[in-house]
Amino acid sequence: MDIVVCVKRVPLTEEVDLVIDEQKKGIKKDQLAFILNDWDNYAIEEAIILKEKYGGTVVAITVGNEDDEEVLRRSLAMGADRAIRVEVSDISRFDSLGISKILSCVVKDLPCDLVFTGVLADDDNCGIVGIMMAENLNMNHANMVTAIEIEDGKARVTSELEGGLGEISLIDLPALITIQTGINEPRYVSILGIRKAAKKELKIMNLADLGISDEELSPKTIIEEVYLPPETEGAQMLTGDPDKIASDFIEILTKKGVME
Amino acid sequence: MSEIFVIVEHRLGEIRDITFEMLWKAGELAQKLSYTVTTIILGHELNSIVDNISDRADKIIIFDDERLKNFNADIYKEILSGLIEESKPTLTLIGNTSWGMELAPCLSVKTGLPLATDCIDIMFKDDKFIAQRQMFNGKIFSNVSFAESKECLLTIRSGVFPKDKIGDRQAEIIQKDFPLTDIPLKKNFIEFVETAAGDVDISQAELLVSVGRGIGEEENISLIKELAEALGGVVSCSRPIVDKNWLPKHLQVGTSGKSVSPKVYIAVGISGAFQHMSGASGAGIIIAVNKDPKAPIFRTADYGIVDDLFKIVPVLKEKVLELKKG
Ligand SMILES: Cc1cc2nc3c(=O)[nH]c(=O)nc-3n(C[C@H](O)[C@H](O)[C@H](O)COP(=O)(O)OP(=O)(O)OC[C@H]3O[C@@H](n4cnc5c(N)ncnc54)[C@H](O)[C@@H]3O)c2cc1C
Repeated sequence: MDIVVCVKRVPLTEEVDLVIDEQKKGIKKDQLAFILNDWDNYAIEEAIILKEKYGGTVVAITVGNEDDEEVLRRSLAMGADRAIRVEVSDISRFDSLGISKILSCVVKDLPCDLVFTGVLADDDNCGIVGIMMAENLNMNHANMVTAIEIEDGKARVTSELEGGLGEISLIDLPALITIQTGINEPRYVSILGIRKAAKKELKIMNLADLGISDEELSPKTIIEEVYLPPETEGAQMLTGDPDKIASDFIEILTKKGVME
Repeated sequence: MSEIFVIVEHRLGEIRDITFEMLWKAGELAQKLSYTVTTIILGHELNSIVDNISDRADKIIIFDDERLKNFNADIYKEILSGLIEESKPTLTLIGNTSWGMELAPCLSVKTGLPLATDCIDIMFKDDKFIAQRQMFNGKIFSNVSFAESKECLLTIRSGVFPKDKIGDRQAEIIQKDFPLTDIPLKKNFIEFVETAAGDVDISQAELLVSVGRGIGEEENISLIKELAEALGGVVSCSRPIVDKNWLPKHLQVGTSGKSVSPKVYIAVGISGAFQHMSGASGAGIIIAVNKDPKAPIFRTADYGIVDDLFKIVPVLKEKVLELKKG
């Protein structure tokens, strides 16, 4: 079972005041901490679980700059065999279609039975790249998958639908599957593990190696402007010392008739 | 005249709410811009579905065939791309649902049309369409336009537009034959499974204390259980708590979990992602406890407490117990 997993490094935005950049096309990222996109963490884990069961290889790919290699090293530490980074200094000049084309170009030359991506990325929240790759590569696909079993050259997958319903289907391999959180329990990665994985192969390619021209990658969707959420009335804040907050809290519950 | 396509989403014989919501937005735009609304239904045995929307569109195109009984993104893509090529609708609206998120990207590649996903509004400004969407889980908004293309595909977030009828339309009904000669079925539907069965029914609870990723560790969940117990309420949670197997799936609130309608919903350490909040929109009031004053949940909650949950939750519990002792 040869599996390719596409991963992305995304900023952590909890408890930070996001600042819009001068061009109003994105946010300032220099002060932010970054992690492996949550969905991709599950995707890597799922690939490694399948590899442990059926043998084969796991290759992790990302598109980005040197800093983005962090998520590849993490993937290698989790158990991926090798990694590929497509050198792009600033991925914000591409839209999801462009990224899907770049990734497809890398994948088409790799032996693979399965391609995994996360359902979506925590930064742009688009959720497009995976399925576009399947279409670019003319591959079978399944979306938002929460369980995978391999049965004679086919994958039996559970796709998550709304309202707690799952849809089970059978797809022929090779296939592209977008992985939903909760499909497994991603393993812990230690600093030591990451250091050890430094020995594994991390190949760097550029767009010229892949034979893709800039025109092919010109975006079809354009971010005109990004901005902070429009003001809303918002919540009425309970303030003061914890005792005062607690008594206000109880008063609200009493008014609502849920406190005897 | 320019046309807006709305792709009907239905499951197990019922129209999904997102269809009505898309029809509302399409109707609104059509009124403003003098466009027409065309809905497209693919499926099998569709009469009741057609009846439900016949006064919300100008045209209903129906593909009724045994082979369309189950949703299949590839078959939908093949049929819809043919139709889009033929009619060149200015906008094609698809639900940003599990199915829509699979259909839209492959349809976009196949037709060459640009795609904006998870849109929360569609505006027409300076002679072009702008899709409004969110990034960074609602902490940033963005306006997206479409390069060099008069037509585009948009997937629409559930729950942002009303389900009401807008305007008065009487649809012309067009039945079409299944147009594909060979369908290499790449994916075969097997069955639906219920993934959220369980003994506690949070959808019936009057008071929910809901816990999110902010709780940090599995053992801390006892803190939330104790508060719920003191209040005589029931524990529910956000998705990451279920993903980590700290609580069972049937306690999850949100689009992929349950919809709840308690009198009071207390959200502790939950950021307020729309996939979570849509499940809590039936709540009488929402009280949020979060240490991040910029957490999106404070935009929709009625009351907010900005504090470390580990500091405030024990105090809330003690006060409630004190009061109950009298
Ligand atoms: C297709 C799809 C379906 C989904 N369905 C659902 C669904 O049904 N239900 C659902 O919930 N999610 C769902 N999600 C996931 C959703 O997008 C969010 O990722 C999720 O809701 C986040 O959960 P959270 O708020 O608990 O965690 P986070 O977003 O990580 O938020 C944790 C919050 O806790 C706060 N916090 C941290 N420490 C403390 C502390 N000590 N004291 C106080 N506050 C603290 C932080 O400030 C933060 O705001 C879905 C996603 C997708 C893509």
